[in-house]
Amino acid sequence: MRDIAIVSFVQSDCVRDAGALNEVELIMPVIRKVLDNVGIQSAQDVDFTCSGSCDYLQGAAFAFVLGVDALGAVPPIKESHVEMDAAWALYEAVLKIRMGQADSALLYGFGKSSPGELPIVLSQQLDPYYLSPLWLDTVSSAALQARALLDSGKATEADMAEVVARSRKNAKSNPHAQLKGDVSVDELLAEPTYLSPLRKHDCCPISDGASAMIIATVEKAKEWGKPYAVLKGIDHRIESHHFGARDLTRSVSTEIAAKAAGVADGPVEVAEIYAPFSHQEIILKKALGLGDDTVINPSGGVLAGNQMMASGLSRVGEVANRIIKGEIKRGVAHATSGHALQQNLVAVLEGA
Amino acid sequence: MSDANKEALEPITGIESPVYLDYNFTAGQATARYLTKVKEGKLVGQRCPSCRNVYIPPRGACAACGVATTEEVELSNKATVQSFTIVHIPIPGNPIKPPYVIANLVPDGANISFLHLLSECKNEDVRIGMRVEAQWKDASEWTYAMENIKYFTPIDEPDVPAEEIGRLKDA
Repeated sequence: MRDIAIVSFVQSDCVRDAGALNEVELIMPVIRKVLDNVGIQSAQDVDFTCSGSCDYLQGAAFAFVLGVDALGAVPPIKESHVEMDAAWALYEAVLKIRMGQADSALLYGFGKSSPGELPIVLSQQLDPYYLSPLWLDTVSSAALQARALLDSGKATEADMAEVVARSRKNAKSNPHAQLKGDVSVDELLAEPTYLSPLRKHDCCPISDGASAMIIATVEKAKEWGKPYAVLKGIDHRIESHHFGARDLTRSVSTEIAAKAAGVADGPVEVAEIYAPFSHQEIILKKALGLGDDTVINPSGGVLAGNQMMASGLSRVGEVANRIIKGEIKRGVAHATSGHALQQNLVAVLEGA
Repeated sequence: MSDANKEALEPITGIESPVYLDYNFTAGQATARYLTKVKEGKLVGQRCPSCRNVYIPPRGACAACGVATTEEVELSNKATVQSFTIVHIPIPGNPIKPPYVIANLVPDGANISFLHLLSECKNEDVRIGMRVEAQWKDASEWTYAMENIKYFTPIDEPDVPAEEIGRLKDA
């Protein structure tokens, strides 16, 4: 199987409201930077382009098509889109390269969540017959999961607060983070509950922004003459729409994906985990089989800023950039989609 | 389940599940600049710094080059018909009485067309390459919308050959 090199990754700042900027204007700067990093001009200079976005965020059918304006997409180009986080656009591109249909790919994810009521908009991710007509929002479903986790005795509210305190602290060194600072577990626990048992700080903020990545075969990356991280394994799995059919205190799909991606085949120095709610990091750490010697979410993770449809790709990019900079040799990235960790993707990255 | 109950069941072929979602729409910075000028009675396109094409209405990027269109270019009220259709079917909610003409118009100085109405002419006289001019509403009615222009009307100028429409570049 062909090894895949992650050559460049760029993300925009996480902001609560990008104001007058539309999606194309959010995407263009990150696309420009990611191309410049590699020393190429436009989408014509890669074999494949794939984006991740969700039309429900904009409230317009086929809204993702306008995003292509940011590329310089003069035909013929091979272009695709996933109505998902761009981590799954990466997955599609990996398959394309492994099948020998492309040697390089440009991926980007974008989300302007500020125009709508995000937790309500995301209720439409649920099955259309039984759950979505109830308008169950993502914070409520996460609260159901947190309640189940606390009642199972697998975690405490203090454990959740520790996740938040560490995220805020780590985010201080992340220029793109929206929420950062020093805050103690006691201070966090003194806050009132929001949707019980979740406190506001247990929930990721709503953020606008975009991120982009360029991957290639190792041969192509060498031709470009740029440092790169190697994607050793990637896998994704999905669980039932129905909360009642799942053990919400575990992430079985992450466990399976982690095994298939080869997480346990070596030491994990850093893990970037897509946990939009603090208790989910606890569930995912266990599902990924990570010990206390792994640094989790050195970027602050998505509790510090959550660009819908880009955050998953950004988790992979965060790990890749640390490897490219020589800070670490091996790391794991995780992306999630849907309510209460319904679908999960795991990637293992190593130095060249 | 008894056989009697099975027979009583009607096949369910659908459910009603209405969706209502509210959004605060933003046009984007480039389009907002354009609409602000439209409210002042001006058609202002934006030029790509790379290929020099002028876009109207601008959406923020040159789709061919993937770069922001920052330079503004004020266009005249004159345009050329690039394509047209005659609408014969009444559209619910549309106050305009058929048959009427919808045309793809390239304003002078731009390289891309937009849709607008053509009026004060015989529908059968409309043709590709025909020269037309914007008829603006009274300034008191101007808002952030292309409806500030009532419609376009033909002007007495020679037709533009089809292959030249929208091709002129003012580099």
